[in-house]
Amino acid sequence: MENNQIENDQMENAQKLVNSFHEALGINVSLIVDSLAYQTVPEWDSISHMILISQLEEDFSVSLETDDVIDLSSFAKAKEILIKHGLIF
Amino acid sequence: MLLQNKICLVTGASKGIGKAICTLFANEGARVVMTGRNLESLNTLAAGLPHHSSPHLVFEMDVTKEDEIIKVFKELHEQKIFINCIVNNAGVMEDATLQMVKTEVIHKIYNTNVFGTILPSQHSIKAFLRNRGGSVINLSSIIGTNGNHGQSIYGSSKSAIIGFTKSLSKELAPLSIRVNAIAPGFIDTDMTRGMDEKFYEKNLKSIGMRRLGTAEDVARVALFLASDLSEYVTGQVIGVDGGMII
Repeated sequence: MENNQIENDQMENAQKLVNSFHEALGINVSLIVDSLAYQTVPEWDSISHMILISQLEEDFSVSLETDDVIDLSSFAKAKEILIKHGLIF
Repeated sequence: MLLQNKICLVTGASKGIGKAICTLFANEGARVVMTGRNLESLNTLAAGLPHHSSPHLVFEMDVTKEDEIIKVFKELHEQKIFINCIVNNAGVMEDATLQMVKTEVIHKIYNTNVFGTILPSQHSIKAFLRNRGGSVINLSSIIGTNGNHGQSIYGSSKSAIIGFTKSLSKELAPLSIRVNAIAPGFIDTDMTRGMDEKFYEKNLKSIGMRRLGTAEDVARVALFLASDLSEYVTGQVIGVDGGMII
């Protein structure tokens, strides 16, 4: 894959991930940064966490396993998990 | 038809109550995902069921084997088949007084009846979220609600299903996912036909309606819980026992 294509995919996925979080958690885009963590804001509770998992599966066409669901504890961690599933960031 | 456009997964689908549920659900318009240990029986069942838009699906899945459960749900996800309902029907019954029960039997009963209900439920939630709702139907038993001599292991495994149902219903209600249980009484299935004759007679006498229940009696309640008729019903345990007293 050429460098330009890789950079485009990285940017596209990064933007898509922000959108997924925004859509699932109803949280302001400006708050969606690497340090955003599970249960540190009222919008990201155990209920919205499940909605987020479903949103990520739909947006990135992946199937997250139970361990992924448990491990997905921050925005940064979400990237790590999606990288594990073959996506690039 | 009450289940038009709904996709329902049934565990332990090849015989008894599971088979009756699959048959009724298919007749009511559902696309049924039949799972069980006996692929041949499942295929035979599937071949005889009416289907509407898409064919029914069959998977070999032992609920005591998590890898098989994961495989089925992964396959459904890959095919973009998102179930609306799961019926956790697979179960085993072996009776003996507590002193006479071997540890491996306890594990077998709990692995099938309890873990075999919890794990498929856990994996089905993501599909329900895609559908913005869903229905989990767990098969408990009158022995789980009332207890019975010689059934401490089986009864406690079925009580665990009630506890699981009630807690999970509270957890998932905000997501419009309903969780209910059915507690059948003495139902005429292979499982009860294998009972000791004295035990069988004693149980029959304890039924107010003086007849054994049928798998179809149970299936009709499952139909209610799977359909939108019960859209405001969650956390309930519905007895299907003909007025049985234990």
